[in-house]
Amino acid sequence: MTAAKTIDPKRIDRVLARHPQGKPTALVNLLHDLQAEFRYLPELAMEKAASYLNVPNGQLFRVATFYESFHLKPRGKHIATVCTGTACHVRGAPKLTDHISREFEIPVGGTTKNMELTLETVNCVGACALGPLLILDGEYHGNMSPAKLDRTLKTIKRG
Amino acid sequence: MTSPFKNAAELEKHQKQLQGQKQLPSTIAVCTSGCVAYGANRLVDAFTKAVKSRKIGDQVRIIATGCQGFCERGPLVVVHPQEWFYEKVDGKDINDILDSALKGKVLKRLLHKDAKGKTYQKESEVPFYRNQKRLLLAQNSRIDPCSIDDYLRAGGYAALAKALTKMAPEEVIEQITASGLRGRGGGGFPAGVKWKSCRAAASKNGVRYIICNADEGDPGAFMDRALIEGNPHSVIEGMIIGAWAVGHPGKPQGFVYIRNEYPLAVERLGIALEQARAAGLLGKNILGSGLNFDIQVNRGGGAFVCGESTALMASIEGDVGRPRAKHIHTVEVGLNGKPSNLNNVETWANVPLIIDHGVKWFTKIGTGDVSDNPWGGSKGTKIFALVGKVKNTGLVEVPMGATLREIIYDIGGGIRDGKKFKAVQTGGPSGGCLPESKLDVPVDFDTLVQEGSMMGSGGMIVMDEDTCMVDVAKYFVGFLKFESCGNCTSCRDGLIRLHELLEDITTGRGSEATIQLIEDLAETVRASSLCALGTSAVNPLQSTLRYFRDEYLAHVQDQRCPAKVCKELITFTIDAKKCNGCTLCAKRCPQDTIEGKKKKPYTIIQDNCIKCGICMDVCQQDAVIVQ
Repeated sequence: MTAAKTIDPKRIDRVLARHPQGKPTALVNLLHDLQAEFRYLPELAMEKAASYLNVPNGQLFRVATFYESFHLKPRGKHIATVCTGTACHVRGAPKLTDHISREFEIPVGGTTKNMELTLETVNCVGACALGPLLILDGEYHGNMSPAKLDRTLKTIKRG
Repeated sequence: MTSPFKNAAELEKHQKQLQGQKQLPSTIAVCTSGCVAYGANRLVDAFTKAVKSRKIGDQVRIIATGCQGFCERGPLVVVHPQEWFYEKVDGKDINDILDSALKGKVLKRLLHKDAKGKTYQKESEVPFYRNQKRLLLAQNSRIDPCSIDDYLRAGGYAALAKALTKMAPEEVIEQITASGLRGRGGGGFPAGVKWKSCRAAASKNGVRYIICNADEGDPGAFMDRALIEGNPHSVIEGMIIGAWAVGHPGKPQGFVYIRNEYPLAVERLGIALEQARAAGLLGKNILGSGLNFDIQVNRGGGAFVCGESTALMASIEGDVGRPRAKHIHTVEVGLNGKPSNLNNVETWANVPLIIDHGVKWFTKIGTGDVSDNPWGGSKGTKIFALVGKVKNTGLVEVPMGATLREIIYDIGGGIRDGKKFKAVQTGGPSGGCLPESKLDVPVDFDTLVQEGSMMGSGGMIVMDEDTCMVDVAKYFVGFLKFESCGNCTSCRDGLIRLHELLEDITTGRGSEATIQLIEDLAETVRASSLCALGTSAVNPLQSTLRYFRDEYLAHVQDQRCPAKVCKELITFTIDAKKCNGCTLCAKRCPQDTIEGKKKKPYTIIQDNCIKCGICMDVCQQDAVIVQ
């Protein structure tokens, strides 16, 4: 794997050291922390985590692929998350995902070829008064519409 | 905080000391929950900076609170002790607010105004709050969730001291049972009955798990988030009392399983737990009672099914969150094979209130009679996230038994933009949609179930005439299709097929036979799935078929979407009379399919139109029509 070459194992070890060794109850928390460090779960980190927790590699991958939060592939520089909670849905959230998908030529969950933008959805962040809601790199943009999206995503390079 | 409390007397002494302390003349409470989306964090920073630069730190205290409730009007600021309620506060209002607080004169321009132009000074006078009964949320706009002293000053942990020093564990269970407290996560199982079974279950080494379910996965619901972000100690206190009642003497251990999508709640819960440990309220020999108990936080992985108790426990064990059959209950064999007592955040937060104020006080609120049957009624209050097409979006707390109309109209202010009410969806993806004729139904655990919906954990999504009920059903089935853990064929494949059938209807390919097939298949999914996700997955579908069948028929008989939502069944056109040829729509159309000459009416060439609706958004003449 080329990815493994670019990942510094010391960074992985530092994250692992924050969790109790050999205890599977730390598994999901550990994956979250690894992902916070690398923005996705590199293969090397997964292997190291499995041996650290003393669980089979398969279990770690099984868990990582079951839960929506985890990503096994690198994600874009910017992350656009459209809230698709019910309140946002009835206020037109599908139009937002459609629009970003079309404009950046990526499906939901996809990343542009130039690694600039990843489009994701979340099932509700509880900011229902502001729906439909777009979260761009952690910042909330409320009362969104396809027309407003163009302005919000203006600085992101296409391609 | 100085040193850990060794016993209840020390706690009480500290509490008295805090209450006797002179407070700064003014406290300015800024909501930093949902209001963060409006930029409330910048507001807190600006306030803090202004207080520092004006050197008035000895007169004004700035606190960042949890959700104050009236999300629609955020960012919200409440000035104590006068309780002045300011809405839509902006960075440039800061100095005016500080001046008014210093002078003790209310700042009129930021007060709430109702539709008739009447202004209200106090939070409790505003109609949105006046019609509520805020017990669990009472402290949300008063205390700093990151300060244990604020919670103690407000009387916090007094219930814990009472339980640990004056009540035997069995007595606590009796009180909780007698109070009629039922599971706020939506299940409605009497908490006291659960606690009793868990206490009675055999555990070889005495380990019993006390678990808080904060995996609030229902879309359109944020009650638990608000409680943890606004008053985390109330949840922790409830859990410690639970540990005493269920697990003492033994080895009770606590877990909070919390949604990772709520970073602020995770952070504030972590801070509160640290404070409780430092105060000796978690750890060894709590308040000298002999109780040893601590709480660990586990973050979820974004799987809706993990809100189900057995799936949640599997997730804590470090496995995928798949539910198991509950022939043997988790109170006997749960997490790591040990007796486990799981309650929802809101249920835990109710516990200190009951212990503090007593059963009589609690049972006065709500419906039914629980004196000899804990299932006999619904007691206490319930928090709802009132969202969707309602005027006053926000977090509301009402006594059990309040009607839907009271919640949506008296508190919620009715429907936005002068539109007409169509339906209200309660109970999240497991609940149902109720029409206008059911608005006077009291909201409690049992009545809504009879009407084909359920109270659920507290999501309440209001829908107006622009909401397509077939689309809503498709939305929920699509949601659950994605969230199904894949264990049962009926749920995994049944929901996929149901979604396809609904897709047929919304794209104009359906017939009345499709509706029939949907009804048959829905019953199969309900009958043959293992956990509540599958068995209740078809509730939104079945309730819309029951109450809004005409909309389904319009889709299949006339290929028409009455709410004008389903893309394949609508067309966008430009009203030549209204269009002034400003070119805005033509410029923004992603398909370049709007043609015309400047200052002359434009037309949409239908062949290329993808019905994105941008032309309608940008048109300032309201000339774009959907049919």
